[in-house]
Amino acid sequence: MTTTVPQPTPARQPRPALRDRVLKLVELATTPLLPTDYLDLVAPLRSGAALRGRIEAVLPETRDAATLVIRPGRGWRGHTPGQYVRIGVDVDGVRQWRAYSLTSRLGRADGCIAITVKAIPGGTVSNHLVHRTAPGTVIQLDQAAGEFVLPTQRPAKALFVTAGSGITPVMGLLRNHPELTDVVLVHSAPTPEDVVFAAELWSLAADGRIRLVEQHTDTAGLLDAAGIAALVPDSAERATWACGPVGMLEAIEEHWAAAGLADRLYTERFRPTVLVTGEGGTVSFARSGTTLEADGATPILDVAEEAGVLMPSGCRMGICFGCVLPLREGAVRDLRNGEITTAAPGDGVLIQTCISAAAGACDIDH
Amino acid sequence: MTVLQKKNESPIAHLTAADIEAIGRELDALRQEVVESRGESDAAYIRKVIAVQRKLELGSRAALLVSMFPPAWLVGTVGLSVAKILENMEIGHNILHGQWDWMRDPKIHSTTWEWDMASPAEQWKHSHNELHHTYTNVIGKDNDLGYGIMRVDEDQRWHPLYLVQPLSNFVNACLFEYGIAAYDLELGKNLASERRRNDPAFRARVKAVLRKIGKQASKDYLVHPLLSGPSFLPTLAANVTANVVRNLWSHSVIMCGHFPEGVETFEKKSIEGETRGEWYVRQMLGSANISGSKAMHIMTGNLSHQVEHHLFPDLPSNRYAEIAPKVRDLFDRYGLRYHSASLPRQVGSAWHKVFRLSLPNGWMAQTTPRNAPAQVVKLVRMTTGGAKARRQLQAAA
Ligand SMILES: Cc1cc2nc3c(=O)[nH]c(=O)nc-3n(C[C@H](O)[C@H](O)[C@H](O)COP(=O)(O)OP(=O)(O)OC[C@H]3O[C@@H](n4cnc5c(N)ncnc54)[C@H](O)[C@@H]3O)c2cc1C
Ligand code: FES
Repeated sequence: MTTTVPQPTPARQPRPALRDRVLKLVELATTPLLPTDYLDLVAPLRSGAALRGRIEAVLPETRDAATLVIRPGRGWRGHTPGQYVRIGVDVDGVRQWRAYSLTSRLGRADGCIAITVKAIPGGTVSNHLVHRTAPGTVIQLDQAAGEFVLPTQRPAKALFVTAGSGITPVMGLLRNHPELTDVVLVHSAPTPEDVVFAAELWSLAADGRIRLVEQHTDTAGLLDAAGIAALVPDSAERATWACGPVGMLEAIEEHWAAAGLADRLYTERFRPTVLVTGEGGTVSFARSGTTLEADGATPILDVAEEAGVLMPSGCRMGICFGCVLPLREGAVRDLRNGEITTAAPGDGVLIQTCISAAAGACDIDH
Repeated sequence: MTVLQKKNESPIAHLTAADIEAIGRELDALRQEVVESRGESDAAYIRKVIAVQRKLELGSRAALLVSMFPPAWLVGTVGLSVAKILENMEIGHNILHGQWDWMRDPKIHSTTWEWDMASPAEQWKHSHNELHHTYTNVIGKDNDLGYGIMRVDEDQRWHPLYLVQPLSNFVNACLFEYGIAAYDLELGKNLASERRRNDPAFRARVKAVLRKIGKQASKDYLVHPLLSGPSFLPTLAANVTANVVRNLWSHSVIMCGHFPEGVETFEKKSIEGETRGEWYVRQMLGSANISGSKAMHIMTGNLSHQVEHHLFPDLPSNRYAEIAPKVRDLFDRYGLRYHSASLPRQVGSAWHKVFRLSLPNGWMAQTTPRNAPAQVVKLVRMTTGGAKARRQLQAAA
């Protein structure tokens, strides 16, 4: 294909000029296709190709969670522990993009990376990955991203607060930062059987690398922020990383802010908090000529994808700005706080489609 | 044939408005059924066709590198012709219809696809998807009917220039991809006036077409022959052949879609305020199918299921065969004629119409071996005489 594709793959590595010239020549022989369209048939993971990965193994962790070992294509630029990777998987023939935290050790001998996925009831991608994915499957990859990482100046004392699949980025940190010696991990899961990485966590605790506080919420109930602070009396001295359900994160943020510790708290969200919805409207995409009806509660990104429009996207929860498009005219509502953004003709206001719903007719430049 | 609205016996006279809306609802439901069941096997199908096409093209072009050996020339030319046909029909045409957009694969999407054709995808999508599929078989609106250069209906007044239309249709078939490009540019209309000629939007489109033609032509007529070294000329000949074969084939398939005898045409006025049900019925009566083997269906890009394609232009082509019996049953239940015949019969029928309409109304039907000399004299007089003579002679017929 000659047209560039609105995929959020970041700039390619610079190529030597000679290779560029040779490629140009080969393009003369393959137009309107590109040489890559033919090479993709045989070597989808080669360097220079759109970034992809091959699933090498699917290792069950609990009854509804599994670790997927992925061999990334040659263009993979590595990651920092705590970061996530976006993957594009074809489920029922439809390409779906989701973000997953990297859980693997850096520099594995086999060159692979790993993510750990928990199947959510009714979840399209998570169930497909955990229950219906065979080794050998080729998936789309994006470069690693995310700020849920350790600062260069390592904290002397660390606290991790996680719940459910929120353990994943923290596992990525623990596995790769043995220099952290004073660590407390407060982890919640419904039952002991639901604790992902249970054996590894217990052995870290047994070796004295971490102090593990495991809360089984089916029997012991949910931990609130005050409860966590009480369990970890020196929490004020610790840099804190938290990842889990939205409610838990908000409670912690509030509590830490009240204690004047907001700057020592890092959080990672897996989904946006949808707070405010309202009336929707007609959304038109000027360039592709698609017009659709959007309700006031569904992100424009989802509605458009559902209608077959190729949309740029990233984290799908309002943090990466990979989904930004110009709103030529109309009004959208930020689903997180109800804020209305309007654009008069010609304004081209940039909006994040993953957390914006239509609030009246919208004309989007795409 | 004449537009449906002027016929003494309309093929839809027996349908009530309620019938037509019921047909619309049934077809909507059928469409929804397919939409909901689109899935992995469909995705696998189109990826497979694309992979096969690319490998076939690569293999054929490799064989043509040594095309001075006749067997290599033959294998390469046949393979390349088939690859080019697949690329245009089952792959390009259908992807550009958005039949595969639901997969959300940016590599197989109507907004990113470009094809091995003189007309750039963008321009073709406008004239084909928006104009032809909306105004199917409406005289004066659907330029696909005769591409604006042929007489396609009795109601168009005959002129001696139409006598050459069998020949011009054949030339158009050989050069079909360029014909389509000229047609997408609406060259006839746009070159007619100074103002239109100088319109910057039109000029930009002409430039885009010329650039595209330049690239496609240099690939087939320069780069690959050069790569073949001493086989330069045989490879050039092979590529010309493959393009002409592809052009003839796609022209034939497309003629079969709306041109065979008995397919209805419609008046401009008739589509004012057309309901969805009425639109469906127009598509049903204005299209004709080709019956044949699975391979034939794939080679026509499933345009052999023209009826189904016109009812549901954006459903994946591999599903037309499956819904065809249901569509046919609907035709039967409502007493409508489902046009379907073998490829040779449909091509023959379409050409018959091209010849018939190249002559004055009724001339072909009235001519017998016995009166042939008199008929020829009359034709010559109509050809050489003025408009008035033509009218008189026609009226006397
Ligand atoms: C930065 C980042 C990192 C992530 N890391 C991981 C990870 O390491 N492991 C992991 O398993 N997931 C992780 N996620 C979540 C993951 O991206 C998907 O959202 C999740 O797998 C659900 O996708 P789905 O297609 O199965 O569900 P969908 O089909 O999209 O949703 C089905 C239903 O579940 C609800 N839902 C969606 N997400 C969640 C959720 N997280 N919790 C509860 N309900 C939900 C939806 O509202 C919907 O009702 C991460 C997300 C982000 C943004
Ligand atoms: S996809 Fe990341 S901000 Fe919208």
